[in-house]
Amino acid sequence: MTVDSYKFLPRSMRLAYEAVPAIDEPPAWAPLPKPLRRCTIALMTSAGIYLRDSQEPFDTEREKQEPAWGDPTFRVIPRSVRSADVACSHLHISHDDLLQDVDVVLPVRAFSALEAEGRIGSLADEHYSLMGYQDRRLEDWRNVQGPEIAARLKERAVDVLLLAPA
Amino acid sequence: MPVLARVIETLGIPTVTVTMMPDLAMKFRLSRVVGVEFPFGHNFGTPGNDAMMLAVARAACQALEEAGAPGYRLDLDLEWPVPLEVAYRSWQPPHPSPIVAQMLKRREG
Repeated sequence: MTVDSYKFLPRSMRLAYEAVPAIDEPPAWAPLPKPLRRCTIALMTSAGIYLRDSQEPFDTEREKQEPAWGDPTFRVIPRSVRSADVACSHLHISHDDLLQDVDVVLPVRAFSALEAEGRIGSLADEHYSLMGYQDRRLEDWRNVQGPEIAARLKERAVDVLLLAPA
Repeated sequence: MPVLARVIETLGIPTVTVTMMPDLAMKFRLSRVVGVEFPFGHNFGTPGNDAMMLAVARAACQALEEAGAPGYRLDLDLEWPVPLEVAYRSWQPPHPSPIVAQMLKRREG
């Protein structure tokens, strides 16, 4: 089947997304460095989750004052995270289901199962959360958070990153 | 988020993107895209549905192994288990986001 990318969206949002032009840049590509059964995988969500007892929420107050701005920072989420540890500061989606079960956006259980059966080498110890609504220029993500997260992944010998835009 | 995938992949780390909007992801010329016909905020399924989450995770693994060049797309044949008229509303925030509220205000004005 072909996924309808806009099935659950209001018509105005569908039209806006359909009008987005393709970028005029070369495709991004890095090959797998080794068989998947030996790779370490990290997860990234843009659902705006954070650890309620130890991390700051994303800055929704500034976004309310400047609606075209979005907080570009990221939070490190440990593999041991439980749904009860998590809060969410994302003004563009409902929080109900992901607070009930954070694995709907950060699937630690599923990848732990794949690790246990040997389908992947291992699931990384740390994962990443961002808030998906951003300034259109995306300069912070391009120049600051993107390189910073890539460096963290390399320091931790992570081979693959799975991204789940919320 | 596609820009993060591009930046991180360009710095040498392969990525796979599991997205509700594969059409948009392809416009950003990502390496490996897995499309799911799910509402926003639910990349891997409904709460507690471990079978569905595992199916999506397995598809990501398949994409990582099968893709031999950028522009790979794998759409999953998984039906969202909530009626459309309910799902259409339930992913949306309780209040319009600031940018949507601003647009609505301008439209009314």
